[in-house]
Amino acid sequence: MKISKNSILATFALASLLLACKPKNTSNAVSGDAAAKAYVAPGKYDEFYNFVSGGFSGQMSVYGLPSGRLFRYIPVFSVDPEKGWGYNEETKPMLNTSHGFVPWDDLHHIELSQTKGEQNGKWAFANANNTPRLARIDLKTFRTAEIIELPNSGGNHSSPFGTENSEYIVAGTRFSVPGDNDNGDVPINSYKQNFKGHISFVSVAPETGEMKIAFQLRTPGVNFDLARAGKGKSHGWFFFSCYNTEQASTLLEVNASQRDKDFIMAVNWKKAEEYIKAGKGKKTPVKYAHNVYNESTQSATSKIEKEVLVLDIAEFKDICYFIPCPKSPHGCDVDPTGEYIVGSGKLAALIPVFSYDKIQKAIANKTYEGDYEGIPVIKYEAALYGEVKKPGLGPLHTEFDANGNAYTSFFVSSEIVKWNIKDLKVLDRAPTYYSVGHLCIPGGNTVKPWGKYLIAYNKITKDRYLPTGPELTQSAQIFDISGDKMQMILDFPTIGEPHYAQAAPAELIRNNGQLKIYKIAENKHPYKTNGEGEARVVREGKKVHVYMTSIRSHFAPDNIEGIKMGDEVYFHVTNLEQDWDVPHGFAIKGANNAELLIMPGETCTLKWTPDRTGIFPMYCTDFCSALHQEMQGYVRVSPAGSNVPLSFSLNKPVAENK
Amino acid sequence: MKKLALLSAALISTLIISCGGETKTQEETIQSPIATGQESNAPVYDPKRGEGKFDESNVKIGPLNEAMAAKGVAIAGTKCTSCHKLTDEKLVGPGWKGVTTRKTPHWIMNFITNPDPMIDKDPEVQAQLELCLVRMPNQSLADEDARQILEFMRKNDSSK
Repeated sequence: MKISKNSILATFALASLLLACKPKNTSNAVSGDAAAKAYVAPGKYDEFYNFVSGGFSGQMSVYGLPSGRLFRYIPVFSVDPEKGWGYNEETKPMLNTSHGFVPWDDLHHIELSQTKGEQNGKWAFANANNTPRLARIDLKTFRTAEIIELPNSGGNHSSPFGTENSEYIVAGTRFSVPGDNDNGDVPINSYKQNFKGHISFVSVAPETGEMKIAFQLRTPGVNFDLARAGKGKSHGWFFFSCYNTEQASTLLEVNASQRDKDFIMAVNWKKAEEYIKAGKGKKTPVKYAHNVYNESTQSATSKIEKEVLVLDIAEFKDICYFIPCPKSPHGCDVDPTGEYIVGSGKLAALIPVFSYDKIQKAIANKTYEGDYEGIPVIKYEAALYGEVKKPGLGPLHTEFDANGNAYTSFFVSSEIVKWNIKDLKVLDRAPTYYSVGHLCIPGGNTVKPWGKYLIAYNKITKDRYLPTGPELTQSAQIFDISGDKMQMILDFPTIGEPHYAQAAPAELIRNNGQLKIYKIAENKHPYKTNGEGEARVVREGKKVHVYMTSIRSHFAPDNIEGIKMGDEVYFHVTNLEQDWDVPHGFAIKGANNAELLIMPGETCTLKWTPDRTGIFPMYCTDFCSALHQEMQGYVRVSPAGSNVPLSFSLNKPVAENK
Repeated sequence: MKKLALLSAALISTLIISCGGETKTQEETIQSPIATGQESNAPVYDPKRGEGKFDESNVKIGPLNEAMAAKGVAIAGTKCTSCHKLTDEKLVGPGWKGVTTRKTPHWIMNFITNPDPMIDKDPEVQAQLELCLVRMPNQSLADEDARQILEFMRKNDSSK
């Protein structure tokens, strides 16, 4: 929840008013053919994939549009015992940070990779709002492929927005803090002197997607909220909303809401790139983790990086410019042409629309009203294209269709407002249930919006679903926007609190080279078992490595003896299947971590430290065939000094088995 | 649920056969317009040939090729012998001894590269499924892999 408590209170206070003057009940917001528009017949596919942030679940979920059906949730920043994410030996390094292993985070925003301003279906990026990180999810495997930590940062909220060829994904700190290399042991009320903002520009390798912090911009201490890259004519620029320009460090609800205007910060990143190329970046000692999953070895590695290049924007007069924007701007959205920048002051009662051309002219003519901590502040009127008057209360986010219309969410008045970008006239408004936050239109952030649907991700669910105790489901609502008027067609529940989401045509994602199996010949896992003939158990001191295979429906070996108290046992299970949709699971009694869920052709490792002697069953957890229930085995654990020899077998006649 | 579907597919496959229906996936209907075209005037299933891309014209059998058989051993070790013994003893699936004398070379290659439709249609495979209860997995064999495994099976059958 990014909204002040005041706003929430206001919402509840307003609720009765809203109910009195807005729709009488929910039924009159839904018209007769809504069901048909959201209906996708059994066995048929949806038109769009919807990649939705999971908020405080730390995960990203994948839905179909327009059905709202949930296909999958992808573990990103939080452990997931179901998939072994963060529990198996292969993925533990993915959640490593400079603070050690961090098993949870708060995932707010999604950015799909782009080429020339259009979606390319390769990757989704996601931000961690607590321990600041940026993740890349591979859309061929629907798995998190890379996570990079962000030094000098508080929460990474102003992220993961990208440029039109995904040259850079940005990561702006929400909380300004003393830099990692500065003395941070300072009084909290010395914010103005000691706290700084940092915005990371993370480069993305065009082929592999590998991320690297190319440089950071060091800024005055403020809160960075959201951001969007320029596109088309404004490619080369980035726009960040900032609040708390009051530089308060306590009761921000009041103290960061004092000024009539905060800022949108315009960044000429091409210029910053030039300075970096010219060697102007200051090498700053820091510590941050860079975690990469290698699809060939099927294992992740975590490397602690020690240095980052920093440009202090106060020292370079032509990188950053502030544009005044009313009342704590939240959304900062750029229209498909790249000309219009929509600021949404979350406490404002109007929407300012800025003009890229006018901003350029104002910079050229130095039409400034002064400076803020040494950074020029452009005159509001010199940057302004116009204002949408009386659109609603509490504007937050804006997405776009392909016909020159903008759609802005209003948290306080709980509605979506459609307006025309050119004449700034309100065209339509639709209530949401309740208190909408982010919006998504397929391709609605790109140069080529697909339009058709608009999804509202709501902050409050209240009475929309059967109640489930104090905690209710989170929810989203789908609107058909193909006509002049928005039409609500479906509610659907979501995982975690949904913040931003993006959607892409089904064909773009289905035909991106998506994997069905891992080819076993290409599996270079160091503990792969290449067929049952190689299945074995190897003791290395106190460590015991079990090279195990699984196929419908047995493990090899499935009887293991000679494990002793004090041993650390590593089950390296290779799934020999080469058919789509045939994972095997692996679980053993008393394991203090989780299960393994092993895809066809994959090898996964479960570490198990037996805590007592005896016989321990192990079994396949994922129903695999008619004889799945027979897919099991036993491990015998003996006392530390026992002389039971290490042995392993499959289908060994009973008489020979000691 | 998908696993249940597999199970029920195995259990109701006779029903499907007797109705002459086909379990056609959306994947096939969308991605293989050519295949769907063929299905509209579907040829009668030929139990001697099986169903797949192989027939007498593209599978030629000569004297045993040891090098090819050796490659077949390696592939079978990863993808097949978890379930099939080289003797006539049944493990998960039937033993391989004698398979090349019971089945034509192209039937074998069709079955190991395209098991699902054949499990649904072939009367002898149906009978086998009732014994084994586990549908033979599609192990994503390349054409070349299948040919090499066939050669290994021939070698296995030529030894005493």
